[in-house]
Amino acid sequence: MGEPLVKVYIEGRPHEVPAGLNLLQASLALGFEVPYFCWHPALGSIGACRQCAVKQFRDENDTRGKIVMACMTPAVEGTRISIADGEAIAFRAAVIEWLMTNHPHDCPVCDEGGECHLQDMTQLTGHTYRRFRFRKRTFHNQSLGPAVMHEMNRCIQCYRCVRFYRDYAGGGDLHPFALRNLTWFGRSQEGTLASPFSGNLVEVCPTGVFTDKTLHRHYARPWDLQTAPSICVHCGVGCNTIAGERYGTLRRIRNRYHPELNGFFLCDRGRYGYEFLHYARLEAPRGDALRVPQEPDGEARASVSAQDADALLDRAAQFLAASRGLAGIGSPRASLESNFALRRLVGPARFCNGLSARQARLAARAAGILRETPGRIASPADIENADAILVLGVDLLGAGPRFELGARQAALRQAAGRAAQLGIESWNDVFVRIVADREASGLMLVSPRATSLDRAAREVVRASPEEAARLGFAIAHELDAAAPEPGELDEAARGRARAIASALRAAGRPAIVSGIEAGCAELLAATANIARALANAGREACLALLVPECNTMGVTLLSENGIELAADLVARGEADTLIVLENDLARRCPPRMLAELLGRARLLVVDHLATPTAARAALALPAAPFSESAGTLVNHEGRLQRHYAVHPPRPGTRPAWQWLVDLGDRARVPATGTRERAPEPRIAELWEALARETPALAAIAAVGRTAREWGGQPIPRQPARYSGRTAMIAHREVHEPAPPTDPDTPFSFSMEGYPGEVPAEWIARYWAPGWNSVQALHRFHEELAGPLRASGADARAFGRARNDRGHQDPRDERADGTRTGGARPAGGFARPGSLRADALPSPLPATRGILRLLTRQEVFGSEELSDRAPAVRERRPEPEAVIGPEDARALGLSDGGCVRVIGIDGETAAEACAASDASVPGAAGLGLVWLLPLRIDPTLPAGHVVVPAGYREQPAWETVAYARVEKPQEEEA
Amino acid sequence: MHADGRPVSLAEYEAAGGYRALRRALAELPPAEVTALVKDSRLRGRGGAGFPTGGKWGFVPLGPEAPRPKYLLVNADEMEPGTFKDRLLLENDPHLLIEGVALAAYAIEAETAFLFLRQEYKRAAAVLRQALAEARAAGYLGRRILGSAVDLEVHLHASGGRYICGEETALMSALEGKRANPRTKPPFPPIVGVWGQPTVVQNVETLCNVPGIVAHGVPWYLSLSKGKDGGTKLYGASGRVRRPGIWELPLGTTAGEIIAEHAGGMTPGRRLRAFLPGGASTDFLGPEHLEVAMDFEAVQAAGSRLGTGTMILLDDTVCPVGATLNLIRFFAQESCGWCTPCRDGLPWAAATLQAIEEGRGEPDDLEILEHHCRLLAPGFTFCALAPGAVEPLQSALRIFREDFERHIREQRCSHREARGEGPALVGAAREKS
Repeated sequence: MGEPLVKVYIEGRPHEVPAGLNLLQASLALGFEVPYFCWHPALGSIGACRQCAVKQFRDENDTRGKIVMACMTPAVEGTRISIADGEAIAFRAAVIEWLMTNHPHDCPVCDEGGECHLQDMTQLTGHTYRRFRFRKRTFHNQSLGPAVMHEMNRCIQCYRCVRFYRDYAGGGDLHPFALRNLTWFGRSQEGTLASPFSGNLVEVCPTGVFTDKTLHRHYARPWDLQTAPSICVHCGVGCNTIAGERYGTLRRIRNRYHPELNGFFLCDRGRYGYEFLHYARLEAPRGDALRVPQEPDGEARASVSAQDADALLDRAAQFLAASRGLAGIGSPRASLESNFALRRLVGPARFCNGLSARQARLAARAAGILRETPGRIASPADIENADAILVLGVDLLGAGPRFELGARQAALRQAAGRAAQLGIESWNDVFVRIVADREASGLMLVSPRATSLDRAAREVVRASPEEAARLGFAIAHELDAAAPEPGELDEAARGRARAIASALRAAGRPAIVSGIEAGCAELLAATANIARALANAGREACLALLVPECNTMGVTLLSENGIELAADLVARGEADTLIVLENDLARRCPPRMLAELLGRARLLVVDHLATPTAARAALALPAAPFSESAGTLVNHEGRLQRHYAVHPPRPGTRPAWQWLVDLGDRARVPATGTRERAPEPRIAELWEALARETPALAAIAAVGRTAREWGGQPIPRQPARYSGRTAMIAHREVHEPAPPTDPDTPFSFSMEGYPGEVPAEWIARYWAPGWNSVQALHRFHEELAGPLRASGADARAFGRARNDRGHQDPRDERADGTRTGGARPAGGFARPGSLRADALPSPLPATRGILRLLTRQEVFGSEELSDRAPAVRERRPEPEAVIGPEDARALGLSDGGCVRVIGIDGETAAEACAASDASVPGAAGLGLVWLLPLRIDPTLPAGHVVVPAGYREQPAWETVAYARVEKPQEEEA
Repeated sequence: MHADGRPVSLAEYEAAGGYRALRRALAELPPAEVTALVKDSRLRGRGGAGFPTGGKWGFVPLGPEAPRPKYLLVNADEMEPGTFKDRLLLENDPHLLIEGVALAAYAIEAETAFLFLRQEYKRAAAVLRQALAEARAAGYLGRRILGSAVDLEVHLHASGGRYICGEETALMSALEGKRANPRTKPPFPPIVGVWGQPTVVQNVETLCNVPGIVAHGVPWYLSLSKGKDGGTKLYGASGRVRRPGIWELPLGTTAGEIIAEHAGGMTPGRRLRAFLPGGASTDFLGPEHLEVAMDFEAVQAAGSRLGTGTMILLDDTVCPVGATLNLIRFFAQESCGWCTPCRDGLPWAAATLQAIEEGRGEPDDLEILEHHCRLLAPGFTFCALAPGAVEPLQSALRIFREDFERHIREQRCSHREARGEGPALVGAAREKS
């Protein structure tokens, strides 16, 4: 802890708390029960609800004291308060009574019931009898889209919703309207909430005004949900979640606090993407063909599926045995265990990471840079704490939504310093924001297109990825003359580079963010040079390189080879059978190439999703998705995190790694033979082998722990209030079956088990006696809004874990000479030479209709899994092609019209540019064609066309770098 | 001032010695000395709270190191029920205010001032617009005032029209274009005010005292008052008096003198039952308090507040329950909705009073009302609106206890019947209407 301790007296007894807190924070941190509504650990204090009243005394002789709001009163040395004071108790009870005058008595039919902060606070303050005898006011409710339900009659006007939505997340379409007890929160007209963080309203609202609409569609009582710690699978940031299940289906995702990643908030893709599990599941095949003859007496029915699965395994083993050569295609959305099991099955030489050739190169480059970068690798929390942020070539909202939310907080954190000089405490939200409004933001954006953060930025530069890379190299050169110059930079760009460099140099905590979305390896190299130049100049720069999928980084560490490895093996006739792990190949290669591949090879697919690839497989093994299996994922930082099964896999499905390990066993052992039970679960062997064979991932030993290694009683997935356990399957079976065992993890599928504090990464739900809502989280914190108790060391593939929790300024450390920076990797600067070597003239000669293709990562629609969830899918922007006005003129295209975009590879583009006539050889060769409405964006750099990335209609755009844009044929238009 | 209500023109104001104080200050007095004069004059705010004006100015950081810009806000959002004193000044003597603004801005080194004007004061707006143009043309406002190095821009801003905008921190929120919610103190406006900059908020009447202090000096100003605090006060009386109106009188004139001599006494046949000494948000005083000097301390000692100094008189034909309901309903209506006790407490009190007045009172209702009087207290609520609102209620419950109890006991209002209105619609009949 960075802050010194101060002594405060509560009920006359001394307690020590870190300086800088208010009395509410201090009381909660010390374990006192003080009710509150408008305060939120991430949103600060506003003093509106008056619920946290306590009595403060001037000194030990003061016996009268005065009522103060704990949230608005600083806990300074010698502060004396009483929470148990009679007048304070009476006033707190009165506040609840007032709030209840208009709150409906609909708890039994309210989705929030049972995890409602208002219920908890009402209980805590002891308001039981109703004296208000007049009519309650009634409000109009709105339809706010597929994600959030609105029931304004329950509102207690705590203002948290608008403070989160508008102030914290930058949303513009949720307002407080009217005044007095008619204050109403909603949109000016009905419609879908526009903010991609709107789902947090569900957790921010202390009662049932904003509730989860997806949960509502398949509602179960919160205390009836079986839960487990999980990791979001919808981008590469690795936000921590809690997933809840009932009757074998996932019902909702909630935020699981992580101090460095998601903090208190998730994006809507992460919160609502889970419903993909309810659609397009790859079903366990049924039918006599697969079923071994049943015993005449008929075992328990559950075993039928297990037998199905065994039969399926036999079929798969036979299928592989008939192969003349295997190749394994891994997946950036499958766990390390599954990918590694596949690598073991086919051998490292025949295993590829399943990324497109292009993305595999970029991801490998990013991993290489992060491994060697001298500073820390940036998490969203680092971005929040940064005082200068350079975003180079990516749109944070698409590339890693939680980073966008983090970048919005940076200005506020900065303002806290100036606010302190004015005597304003960091938690005094209204005033810190007033001060922040006058502060210059430290955010600098370099992007080809407008982004959601433009209005919050100090500097916005429109540049193509190559121009951004050049600018990046120039910034590095400005910071450190030893960093190579990019050349070819006009004076305006040089001036920008100088300005950005000096802002980074002046900063105490600079951060640089880029990603592989831009499709430009040189851009990554440029960020590496900036980070290194800052390090050489004595600054510790955080660097983040964002990757699109939940295990892109992990699978890259297992193999740097993209899908072309498998294609080459097939083309050379060295493989005729592909094992495809949780991967839709249509997303990884252009249609023509995919057709060739599938024409020559047979597919065995292991997946939980019924993808187009699975549909073309000779055999498909149904795998357990993230919610039905444990698995380890590596996020953009190289952080290894494990998700746990929320409920047992559906009958007939198994975790992918288990299918693959079983297949390996079958290959060695005769199919009918019975295996001896291994002394440890097989997952432990797998981890051991993984750590041995891939030293970068040796940290798996720290995150993977079996039940035996945990050693204690299993940790229950079901809450103590779980109901209906004996009745749930009573229509099929009157005996209560023994809960399934789970030797691979420390958890049980049961209510019974270890009752004490568990390591932070194993927290399956936030609950404490009297605290049934998410607000119970404060009982798990070591410091409010800081680290959780019992959090272990980070498991990292590379990069340094944050060792100082106080976010100290590295310059301070240098001043007293305590810094121990000797272990810095000693890499050199990347040279920008290849920037010219492998790139075509920029901008391209537009008259030939050939443009540099940029893909746009949408929060909704670009990600494979969440796109199948209705609450995400319905919010997907319509696909469109975007070009600049010059190109539109040259090509004779007009806004709103239709264009045909044809993807072409670099070679074809080069040929076309070199050709003397306007022909484009082989333009249709990839089969990547999309008819799209055209939008002209006056700010888009010339020579570029933007299409959405990963849309289901045509998902493979990121595989190519160029496109020809032309008017469609008459009949198409 | 003109008897016909015509505003005093710039020429007339100058002829009567106007803007002499400003010339003197710019020529002879450094800003801190102007503040010192105002401090010594014992001028206290005339908007209701009575905070010492010079003291407030003294909190503003001065000199080249001070944050810039600084702001002077003129609170002309006169919405206190029964109060119409600032209107008189705004409509009739605009240059007196402008000179006061210029002096105050000079004293705190503010380069920008806003006149935050009640929305309904359309006439005042026209008068001020005209006067500001005159003053600007004559070099009293704008860049390099009267050839000095001092700049002052004055903007006229019409309020959105809510009572809460008269609360100085809510006024700042409103001026910034936000919801008119009050802000916490500390930080205090002289340090962190509108747009985060040092700000002084001052009532119209208060500023109108400043030119006299600067022009004629502290001893003269102190000599105007009958009491400890300096100067004169605009006193008003409304209700069943012969001549309702506004009078400038020495601070400390007794309530009885104001009513009897200046307002001409009660209208024939009406007897004074009680009066609110300083607007709707002050405690009722009874006829036994007519000898109380209307200054800050004496009224406080009598159990109420000087407030705005404009009395509302309650005579024996008015139902005190109905009158209190009228006041509480206003305050419930005007709650900004920010803090719970005010937002949800005042409507409950209003509904309870309405039930009593309509003959539907219940025995526990008085306890409910007292509960609200106890708990809508300063420090319990976010700002002073609700504590002000319950001042007339708590005193009414004491002074008119018998009236409240009779309403509940008899399930009717005798005043209502005396007016020939008959019983209020209750129950199903009320639902239908």
